[in-house]
Amino acid sequence: MIKQTKHIIKVNQLRKSYEKVEAVKGVSFSVSNGELFGLIGPDGAGKTSIFRILTTLMFPTDGNVSMMDLDVVKDYRFIRNNLGYMPQRFSLYQDLSVEENLAFFARIFGTTIEENYDLIKDIYIQIEPFKKRLAGQLSGGMKQKLALSCALIHSPEILILDEPTTGVDAVSRKEFWEMLIRLKEKGITILVSTPYMDEANMCDRVALIQNGEIMSIDTPAKIIDDFGRKLWAVKSDNIYQLILDLKKMESVDTVFPFGEYLHITSKADEFNEERLISDLEKVGHSNIRIQQIKANIEDCFMQLMQ
Amino acid sequence: MKRFLGFVKKEFHHIFRDYRTMLILFGMPIAQILIFGYVVSNEITDVKIGIYDKSKDDITHEITNKITSSGFFILHENLNSDKEIEQAFKKGIIREVIVFEPNFAEKLHRDGTASVQIIADASDANTANIVTNYTKGIISSYMKNELMAQGYPYEIIPEVRMLYNNELKGVYMFVPGTMALILMLVSAMMTSISIAREKEMGTMEVLLVSPLRPLPIVIGKVIPYMVLSFINAVVIIALSYFVFAMPIQGNLVFLLLETLLFIFMALSLGILISTVSESQMVAMFISMFALMLPTMLLSGFIFPIENMPKVLQWISSIMPARYFIVIVKNIMIKGSGIGVIWKETLVVAGMTILFLIVSIKKFKVRLE
Repeated sequence: MIKQTKHIIKVNQLRKSYEKVEAVKGVSFSVSNGELFGLIGPDGAGKTSIFRILTTLMFPTDGNVSMMDLDVVKDYRFIRNNLGYMPQRFSLYQDLSVEENLAFFARIFGTTIEENYDLIKDIYIQIEPFKKRLAGQLSGGMKQKLALSCALIHSPEILILDEPTTGVDAVSRKEFWEMLIRLKEKGITILVSTPYMDEANMCDRVALIQNGEIMSIDTPAKIIDDFGRKLWAVKSDNIYQLILDLKKMESVDTVFPFGEYLHITSKADEFNEERLISDLEKVGHSNIRIQQIKANIEDCFMQLMQ
Repeated sequence: MKRFLGFVKKEFHHIFRDYRTMLILFGMPIAQILIFGYVVSNEITDVKIGIYDKSKDDITHEITNKITSSGFFILHENLNSDKEIEQAFKKGIIREVIVFEPNFAEKLHRDGTASVQIIADASDANTANIVTNYTKGIISSYMKNELMAQGYPYEIIPEVRMLYNNELKGVYMFVPGTMALILMLVSAMMTSISIAREKEMGTMEVLLVSPLRPLPIVIGKVIPYMVLSFINAVVIIALSYFVFAMPIQGNLVFLLLETLLFIFMALSLGILISTVSESQMVAMFISMFALMLPTMLLSGFIFPIENMPKVLQWISSIMPARYFIVIVKNIMIKGSGIGVIWKETLVVAGMTILFLIVSIKKFKVRLE
């Protein structure tokens, strides 16, 4: 198979150790030019460490990382010029107004708001009515939009966003992802991390990461296909007791709570649904519902974690 | 350059929008200088004194009357032996004892001179100085107006003795000391906090990833504080000159240059602190404990260095403020030029260079 796309980010056997813990344990992945790549994993999985190495803010303990075919250790200056980065805690300058924040970041990158206005127009237009307001007084969603505008103001080739939607309401999250997809259409390579599994579907490809190791890299659809087992959603009136009772059952393999339902798998990959209901009624459950469902990314993640 | 100016502009925005910063920058220096100034006031009234008259003749009585009727002094007790002098001071009520030598009038008539000893409690050096000067003034005006007027070439020689702190450290100490303290605070603490704030807020990560090099970042941070500190120094000097009539004997331009040097030193110290502190809190604590307290206590600002235990004297010799206080005192009070204080100037300059080198070495272009 001939590779059509050029890999703009290449990570090979990357390791990162802090004094006592090894945060990243031999991670390899590559991101193609113009791809929207997601790093999906819970807090403490090593996402921020990887991003800080990619953005030249930290040294890798071992392994090779190149961005735009440049080494992150040797050529950090050049990489920094062509990178848009939005750190996790990035909260802008609270005591500067929206406009001043943007103008400041434009200026330190040697450009002006006008020069790259096209790129940020879609995003900035939403916060422009508040441009005289101090950034500290913006809502969480608006702050993220401003932060994204600031990261984009110098028209970078690669945009790296560390958990941009953490702590943002559902509507703003959706809007934010729509913005990312529009940016991708403009040809910017985007690397984004998130702890929210449901956001994985918006990415071209995702890497599922846990405890500093990548468990799977693929398109979201392929990862779901690879689940390879049947999955049922169960609920009853006493959901907590239901977890305990299901875990006791011989035929049941895994039980994970998922919203108001429990997602379960069977050891035989098949359930006699009626028998399961009657077994559960015997131990005192009422209003039992069970139905077979299609797995989502989170189910895959849970399974991979086993 | 445009990048750099944009950065400096941003810093000024930070400062002018935070009323607490403004308060520390401008409210505190003025408040401190006024408080110190008025606490260490030059006015004295009703100072309790003791008199040990070994002669008890007409002239000593007359002088005693002049002193007690001046309104500045109250005769608290008459002493009758040398031993009582020490005891009287120990009680802490009297600030001064005047001792007339035996056969005062007789000596004056026979030899033309007689001496009076003025002993003051100099643990409060400023008051002691003022009190003895007033006493000397009263005696010399008596001598001129009453004795000399009668045509006698008599001379009364006052011998001043300071108890407890005989070098009178502390006189006019508050202006140089306060200046050192405030410049240290404004320059070192504020810079270190403002750099640490960028780290804490996560904006440092973005700044580092930007094409802005570390050196412009640091200089951009420092310039606003340098300007403001310098304005502060001028305000302090002006206040002490106009409100407290502190003399400026030396060259004002030279004084300002030395002040600028000290500001540089404090700023580089601030940068150094910020390189080791990850949060504003840490930066503030380091500044407080490593700078403020030693500057106040060990620089000779409040307590004379000579009276400290040896160990503290050694520590005080690494306090930049100590040298600055000497410099300012020499220029303002004695009118000295570089010839007298080149050593101190060199020490401050050396410290500046040292701090700068260490902080440039320690400043990270990365997060680790």
